[in-house]
Amino acid sequence: MKATIHITLKNGVLDPQGKAIENALGSLGFGGVDEVRQGKLIEVNLSENDAEKARATLTDMCEKLLANTVIENYDIHLSEA
Amino acid sequence: MQAAVIVFPGSNCDRDVAVCLEAATGQAPLMAWHGDANLPKCDLIVLPGGFSYGDYLRCGSMAANSPIMREVVAQAHKGAAVLGICNGFQVLTECGLLPGVLMQNKGLNFVCRNTQLTVTNNTTAFTSLYGAGEEITIPVAHNEGNYFADDHTLKQLQDEDRIALSYAKGDNPNGACLDIAGISDASGRIVGMMPHPERRAEAALGGDDGKRMFSGIVEALS
Repeated sequence: MKATIHITLKNGVLDPQGKAIENALGSLGFGGVDEVRQGKLIEVNLSENDAEKARATLTDMCEKLLANTVIENYDIHLSEA
Repeated sequence: MQAAVIVFPGSNCDRDVAVCLEAATGQAPLMAWHGDANLPKCDLIVLPGGFSYGDYLRCGSMAANSPIMREVVAQAHKGAAVLGICNGFQVLTECGLLPGVLMQNKGLNFVCRNTQLTVTNNTTAFTSLYGAGEEITIPVAHNEGNYFADDHTLKQLQDEDRIALSYAKGDNPNGACLDIAGISDASGRIVGMMPHPERRAEAALGGDDGKRMFSGIVEALS
């Protein structure tokens, strides 16, 4: 199975890069941008075909390494490879 | 007294720390490589500054999961003193020995300059040779030194007197919560700090305020 994991900063955690992008969009003339938050996208190909087992493994991966849950949330999307 | 410096691929302050430790203890420390699964019993372990594993994923996250760190964590739980400097502080938070996280500097710039620090707690194993509230000068050099933790953790650090070093008022280089430059665990034996004491440990380097960090821990352990 193929997993796409979105890692984003939790609400309330300062995101200076997102802020800089937001300002740059403004200076390029893009109006109406209320907020920009920057995160990470990680793709993982798994040999596991059982979605439930794959999700459990990926959750463990996120908790132990892929995300720092002090400041980050993670969101796992699974699809057939 | 057995001291060790852990060397990760990308560490770049390991030899400076080794010089300071040798000056303080009278013998060269053990230099332990990240891939070693065994570490002889140590009284003091230093995680040096640098860019372990190229700062991949998050600063310190790869190093925190390296084979040697299982040994470091195990020895820390058994009472070894541990000092994490800069990237070493990031590793200590990533491996769970200290709470919180070091985020990107608020100003988005790498900051490399002297900072004025206040010794907020001089009862940790590393800060005992400083006066309470003493102002010292130690340089920082980092891009991710912005200490962050949730409100509950910050309150706990304050209530338990675990903020060891703070940036002096108006001299916070990175936006760190509560001007935190360094914290300790509850026992005061495990300390993480962003400033580099080894870079200001003898007069030839412009000052020696950092030296007492190393002589202090040697005195505390002997």
